[in-house]
Amino acid sequence: MTEETKPFEPVIIGFTCNWCSYRAADMAGIARMKYAPNVRLIRLMCSGRLDPTFVFKAIAGGADGVLVSGCHPGDCHYSTQNYKAMRRFQLMKRVLTQMGLEPGRLKLLWASAAEGQMFANEITKFVEEVRALGPLNWNKAGAGIPVEVKEEVTA
Amino acid sequence: MSNKPKFAMYWAASCGGCEIAVLNIHEKILDVDAAFDVVFWPVAMDAKYKDVEAMQDGEITLCLFNGGMRNDENEHIAKLLRKKSKIMVSFGSCACEGCIPGLANFSAINEVVDTAFTTITTDNPDNLRPQTSYTMPEGIITIPTLNPMLKTLDQVVDVDYYMPGCPPESHQIAAVVDLVIAALNGKAELPPKGATIGAGNSTVCDECPRKRNVKSIKEFGRIQLMHADPELCLLEQGIPCNGPATRSGCTALCPSAGAQCIGCYGPAEGVVDYGARLISAFASVIDSDKPDEIDKILDGLVDPAGQFYRFNLAGSLLRSSKSAQKG
Repeated sequence: MTEETKPFEPVIIGFTCNWCSYRAADMAGIARMKYAPNVRLIRLMCSGRLDPTFVFKAIAGGADGVLVSGCHPGDCHYSTQNYKAMRRFQLMKRVLTQMGLEPGRLKLLWASAAEGQMFANEITKFVEEVRALGPLNWNKAGAGIPVEVKEEVTA
Repeated sequence: MSNKPKFAMYWAASCGGCEIAVLNIHEKILDVDAAFDVVFWPVAMDAKYKDVEAMQDGEITLCLFNGGMRNDENEHIAKLLRKKSKIMVSFGSCACEGCIPGLANFSAINEVVDTAFTTITTDNPDNLRPQTSYTMPEGIITIPTLNPMLKTLDQVVDVDYYMPGCPPESHQIAAVVDLVIAALNGKAELPPKGATIGAGNSTVCDECPRKRNVKSIKEFGRIQLMHADPELCLLEQGIPCNGPATRSGCTALCPSAGAQCIGCYGPAEGVVDYGARLISAFASVIDSDKPDEIDKILDGLVDPAGQFYRFNLAGSLLRSSKSAQKG
């Protein structure tokens, strides 16, 4: 199949915290729950570690959607850092929406270590939402990678 | 022609303020003249592109290049001067990160052209657009073609040093001139390639004389609508000040004078994406844990993307809005 005729499979980068949401994903795995394989999870110690730069880099590098996941409000392993993640997420979403990104490509999900099934369901739902939005194809040259420099000069 | 090292300065998509800043080094400009032969500087002297084309590769010792890559002429001269220059300095915010001309990257290129040729400040009753090529009885005349998105200098050519600022502060330019002259005389060493020169390594906050306590914001406000405390950190007062992510080097001129930092010195050392760093900084100091209340506080930031990317859009990770890429 050529690149054009392949059905679109969204690439989603998911940031999870070490203590709740990653364990929810773990639980889903151990219990052999089925969910869409489109999310590449990156484990952070805490959702409060999420630098918006990570999200911008994911988008610039070709991701079609980004998931940010952490402990439920009030349950953070580091007491209040998931609130910080929530505030950053809301501001980041405003900026990215201004830049033309569909808000549906960003998702904030609270998941406890016991919520494997919910985590799996939400991911499947998110993947379908992003699939409906189609490929994003942000300018790939912007992914923090130096662009190729052409030496030739037409003098 | 003397045997002095050669100096060039060029402007691409820029306003000319960088040139003024260079002249603002006052009598030090005589040192530049004593140490260098000025061979190409369209603002200050008459020289033709063909003069540069006739030079040998690397013949120009120091080239200060300001301005972004708005059209193919800009790119052509950038590549030409890169080839002819030993030291290529990305000079000023436009060349380093796009600056104000880079704000056009929020819009598709046809919207940019429409704004220039149809809005109320333009008298254009026939709704004409400039054509890049036109056949006259005497032959074909052309003008440069616009790039769909403005690029920074280092997105087009290899750059040796970066000198940020809109414009770079004159005392910083004087210090860099001194350093280059000393290096040419073997009395100093040039910094490693790729370094940022003529600026600090820290943030504007580091140089800011205002008092800082605990930042905890319940409301963002606009400085023109408030009576700001003259001593206290502006961000603590809810005024969106870009100091926390901006490179030092300007001696915190704006906050010292009672205005918020707007970020013209670009990202501080170690900051990959300027806007992302500011999103982090601003969101962290909002004093609320309730999504609805946070949204209400964020409404006080009227134009967050413009606030965070005023100088940095073309040099940011995303480089432009989505519509600009389609254009």
